[in-house]
Amino acid sequence: MPQNTVSFLVENQPGVLFKVSNLFRRRGFNIDSITVGALENSGYSRMTITVDADAKTLHNLIEQLDKMLEVIKVKRLDPLRTVRREMLLVKLETIDPMAREDALRYINNQHGLILDIDDENIIAEITGEPEELDQFLGYVRGIGIVEMSRTGVTAIEKGRLMLGE
Amino acid sequence: MTEMIGAKAFVRSLERAGVETIFGISGGAVIPICDELLDSDMRFILARHEQGAAHMADGYARVLNKVGACLATSGPGASNLVTGLATAQIDSSPVAAFTGQVNRDVIGSDGFQECDIIGVSASVTKYNVQVRAPEEIPHAVKTAFHIANTGRKGAVLVDIPKDCTTLRGDIEFPEKVEFRGYRLNPEPDPHELDWAAKILAEAERPLIMAGGGVIASGASHELVELSELLLAPTATSLMGKGAFPNDHPLSLGLCGMHGTMEANMMVPKSDVLLVVGARFSDRTTGKIADFAPNTKIIHVDIDRSEIDKNVEAMTKVVGDAKLALQGLTERVKRLRTWEPITEWRDRITEFKCVYDAENEKNGPYLRAPAVLKALRDELPRDAIAATEVGQNQMWAALHFDAYLPRTFHTSGGLGTMGWGFPAAIGAKAAKPGVPVVDIAGDGSFGMTENNLATAVEEELPVIVVVLNNNVLGMVAQWQRLFYDKRYSAVKLKGNPDFVKLAEAYGAEGVRVETMKDFRAAVRRGIKADVPTVIDVPIDPEENVMPMVPPGMGLNDTLMEAD
Repeated sequence: MPQNTVSFLVENQPGVLFKVSNLFRRRGFNIDSITVGALENSGYSRMTITVDADAKTLHNLIEQLDKMLEVIKVKRLDPLRTVRREMLLVKLETIDPMAREDALRYINNQHGLILDIDDENIIAEITGEPEELDQFLGYVRGIGIVEMSRTGVTAIEKGRLMLGE
Repeated sequence: MTEMIGAKAFVRSLERAGVETIFGISGGAVIPICDELLDSDMRFILARHEQGAAHMADGYARVLNKVGACLATSGPGASNLVTGLATAQIDSSPVAAFTGQVNRDVIGSDGFQECDIIGVSASVTKYNVQVRAPEEIPHAVKTAFHIANTGRKGAVLVDIPKDCTTLRGDIEFPEKVEFRGYRLNPEPDPHELDWAAKILAEAERPLIMAGGGVIASGASHELVELSELLLAPTATSLMGKGAFPNDHPLSLGLCGMHGTMEANMMVPKSDVLLVVGARFSDRTTGKIADFAPNTKIIHVDIDRSEIDKNVEAMTKVVGDAKLALQGLTERVKRLRTWEPITEWRDRITEFKCVYDAENEKNGPYLRAPAVLKALRDELPRDAIAATEVGQNQMWAALHFDAYLPRTFHTSGGLGTMGWGFPAAIGAKAAKPGVPVVDIAGDGSFGMTENNLATAVEEELPVIVVVLNNNVLGMVAQWQRLFYDKRYSAVKLKGNPDFVKLAEAYGAEGVRVETMKDFRAAVRRGIKADVPTVIDVPIDPEENVMPMVPPGMGLNDTLMEAD
């Protein structure tokens, strides 16, 4: 099933995230990621979800979200005209000098930042399309991932396309 | 701006919303509110269980087309409302629940009688909110009533911490509330109407299916007009019963699992199916793939999210049913230059089965279909019926005709046993001058019979017809037909004597074994000042027929069990 990115504006109020996630649970929508952040001066937050869904399920999900009183606007972002970004923090085991060298090369190739480095570990920050992060993780798996954390996808459409009112 | 305590602000807010009757039970967290109610003209009807209070408010709302209000205390009081709210919400009935909550500084500490009712009720309400200050009460109440009673109606809940009702605040009553994410769209799009009307005007075998949305929008007159213009046989969903008079020559009655033969046979044969204010529940469609597979479906609904949710429509009209039906009728009149085809309409008689309801007795027992026909016969056309859930409900849907909208009420979506009796009490409070009857089974009545106390003390003389087979009849029917007659967890050997039970509460009780006695009991019940419970022993082996076996399509409807 295709991966879809859906963004929506919600009232920035207590309990809204609960109601949104409760809707996904109740209707059986299995989402891959969700990101939330308050928007400046509007009283709104913007949420972005990614979800594997066929056309009918996606239609139902968007209509059910749109029906929520706390949701101001909802839109499936056009996959060809959207920039999508996700951030990964990953701690790699780099005691072995060869491993350390490989790690630095992969991080560099991905334009990553090194946030912390000591005798045993490197913590790197990688930002990119979620597929690029998947690819990066594929490379460094052999080195040894101690722990990792991903933010989930955030996205915005190009040009004149926009979600806001 | 006036200074007053939150409880007074709350009661004033209810009065401003037009509440004349509120159903509920007191409790620790709502003592300040109950105290203020003493100084109000509002009628407080004391239920005996909060579930009953919510169902009463629901029955009241369905009869009057007005928000029904109920009040419960925190903790168990609030959680007991949940079934009532879920029932109202799924049937799009405007019910507003108000719950007490522990003091603000105790919230989250698992205090005495604390329940996270906002979390618990989120899935079964259209809107819920917890008040955080006395000043917020008028706005929260006004918002709740607005949301409950507009668009696709539903259940709402406002949770009020006790200290917000005892503290004073500078109170202002808003004239208007706005909700940025709440968009009402009653006006149908003219282009959608044009397209739908064109399909309708060219139909050779048009059929209409009406749901509860037709009743909610007051569109019965418009429905009959369009149906007659198209000569379209018209079925209803369970929630739509009453939207189209059962004695109209174009009436097909109920469509679905226990639909009439004519409805279930004709729906799949139609070439154009206009579905108005119905949501294609699984009980209405049967197996989806077999539900009118070659039919052009036009779906009219005020809730956009219902379009294509269960059954894909060829085209849609999003908007209020009344406006949509008016728009369609006007356009079809303009488009249609030829005479409507009568052969299709005439096939109603071909499929119509003669149900053997005339056959009054089965051995020593009165037969439920005949009892319900006699009941209908004794009641005026505008009498109000509520049903319980199970065999009684399906017999009522099949054999108890409804002629007017808002005269037949049932828990269609949630299927809540025990709903009918308290809903009938609420209906009687709404329309005291009209006979109100609860068509019940012994199992369902047993779930909320304690509300007899409320009906007696509030002088709400409803009639309860208990179709008594001492068994949970619908489950027993499934076990008889699909589980080799292995009856499990259905026999109600410990049923009380319903006559003595009624008398214990100060109501009338009577057991009848002949149709003559039954009719006489109904006649006495209509005139009585106290509730009447009529115990009608029926055959525990009797099935509700017709039936679509589970997993099958409407075409597979069976007329006989074997």
